[in-house]
Amino acid sequence: MTVVGEGRRVDVRKTYKLYVGGAFPRSESGRTYEVRSARGAFLANAAMASRKDARDAVRAARAAQPGWAGATAYNRGQVLYRVAELLEGRRAQFVADIRAGEGLTGPRAEAAVSAAIDRWVWYAGWTDKVAQVAGNANPVAGPYFNLSSPEPTGVVGVIAPQRSSLLGLVSVIAPPLVMGNTVVVVASQERPLPAITLGEVLATSDVPGGVVNVLTGRTAELAPVLASHMDVNALDLAGAVDADGVTWGDLEALAADTVKRVRRPQGDAEPRWRDEQSLAQVLAFTETKTVWHPKGT
Amino acid sequence: MSTTASSGTVVRPWDRSAAQVAQDAAGLIGSAEISNTALRRYLFGLPGVDEVGAKARAAQLGTRSIKTTAKAWALDTIISMIDLTTLEGADTPGKVRSLVAKARTPEPGDPGCPRPAAVCVYNDMVSTAVEAVGSSGIHVAAVSTAFPSGRASLAVRLADTADAVAAGADEIDMVIDRGAFLAGDYLKVYEDIVAVREVCHQGERPAHLKVILETGELVTYDNVRRASWLSMLAGADFIKTSTGKVQPAATLPVTVVMLEAVRDFLAATGVQVGVKPAGGIRTSKDAIKFLVAVNEVAGERWLDPDFFRFGASTLLNDVLLQRQKLSTGAYSGPDYVTID
Repeated sequence: MTVVGEGRRVDVRKTYKLYVGGAFPRSESGRTYEVRSARGAFLANAAMASRKDARDAVRAARAAQPGWAGATAYNRGQVLYRVAELLEGRRAQFVADIRAGEGLTGPRAEAAVSAAIDRWVWYAGWTDKVAQVAGNANPVAGPYFNLSSPEPTGVVGVIAPQRSSLLGLVSVIAPPLVMGNTVVVVASQERPLPAITLGEVLATSDVPGGVVNVLTGRTAELAPVLASHMDVNALDLAGAVDADGVTWGDLEALAADTVKRVRRPQGDAEPRWRDEQSLAQVLAFTETKTVWHPKGT
Repeated sequence: MSTTASSGTVVRPWDRSAAQVAQDAAGLIGSAEISNTALRRYLFGLPGVDEVGAKARAAQLGTRSIKTTAKAWALDTIISMIDLTTLEGADTPGKVRSLVAKARTPEPGDPGCPRPAAVCVYNDMVSTAVEAVGSSGIHVAAVSTAFPSGRASLAVRLADTADAVAAGADEIDMVIDRGAFLAGDYLKVYEDIVAVREVCHQGERPAHLKVILETGELVTYDNVRRASWLSMLAGADFIKTSTGKVQPAATLPVTVVMLEAVRDFLAATGVQVGVKPAGGIRTSKDAIKFLVAVNEVAGERWLDPDFFRFGASTLLNDVLLQRQKLSTGAYSGPDYVTID
């Protein structure tokens, strides 16, 4: 007989769920899969999303998009900064997640988490500055104001990096959020735990439900659904370079059917995520709107 | 199908004369004179509805999985059963014309896509709709009799109906006097329906009469069953759940109760009355559940736009999206259908 407090406990084995529309549903298919550490030890069960889950996630993202894009730039910045505060509060959990998942040493895991949080803050700061930098008052030959400004593309499907499960993830989901896109992200297949924890962070933050939707499961199963989905406006293929059974060229071809904006992977392997932080990544998911307005006299 | 009569003997309700309707009613209630007492005795003699059972039955029918070719058939059948509806205070002739254009060509990319059975508009929009419909074969349904409350004198309600019939409406959706029904004045409800039916039959081609029970205001399933029978006794061609202006509107259990009523009415009289759930059916998934219920409760002969309709405005778009998904394999989105 075991006695409470004697040091021997029954394991609390976790079975995580998806994060869709601000809620944590199980996969519609009822499937789960085992997530193992870099050394092969059991970490947790994760939901194995199906194409219907992807459809539901896109629907949630579509519903949330006008509200998120309609929030003032300043407000979006505040909301995103608050996420960074919560990430900081969960630092220990993230460090543990990526130490186990990526097999990093303690100090390197700490450094990766710090870099991810700093990156989130960096992008949060851009929300009310992008229009000044990327927008313009165009000179025209006539009595008109001619103004160009960046607008969000809409619903963005993101295939998250397979290796860098937190820094890489933050590097691909924060940029589209800046201007008011909503995101459906397929987490790293083998290392989904940081994405799941990020979902929990987002659920307790001020980010409206549906703005970020996290799917875990087989990338090869989910990516084509997002690529061919007619209601997805853009696709980031960052994690498609080295996912099992995925050829990113095929995904790009599927996306071409509906003229999606596609951000290709850079090179044949994952980039050094430490260096991947730029305004260009925000602008990859914007459209330029130009208006003419009479000057009057 | 053991309870339904064989197909040779089935009578379509709009083919009956007023005298035949009265005769059928008298035969059923067992009294030559149709009085409040006789109606009450008959309606209260109907077996009560097991509310828990009805809900459980509906929930169980909703669990059927309809896939691939069956789903494709269901989607096309649903479209052909839709009464595409706009019932807003802000309806303009332009909006009605665009609704009709949508009904005429629901899927511009696919000429094989069936058309909805009818467009359903307010009374004063009937002439606009009739003109826009032209010779397409789509019916024009008008909501008459002081829709949605029905709180006007009989003379006003009859004039309202005559107006719509004169303007060329093929179908009239009338509301019953729920106040009279709840107060127990069944004869008044009966006589109202008989009077409206008479107006519908004045033209050379009778306008089909759909009787709206407004089940959301009838409180109990027993009342729904009684109102269904009362309407059918008085000569309804269709019984319709709701106006769409009151919540709850068309729920599956209520529709199951009404389907049982039309099934039993056919068995008792040989007359096949239609059913129209209206209000709150927005997704293909929900609509398919209704089709399953029609097939399982009433029978296959009701899977026909002449005997089953959906009153809906947004359902059509969702069905079109599902159709596109089936034909292309990719999920579709609201950018690929019209904005109402």
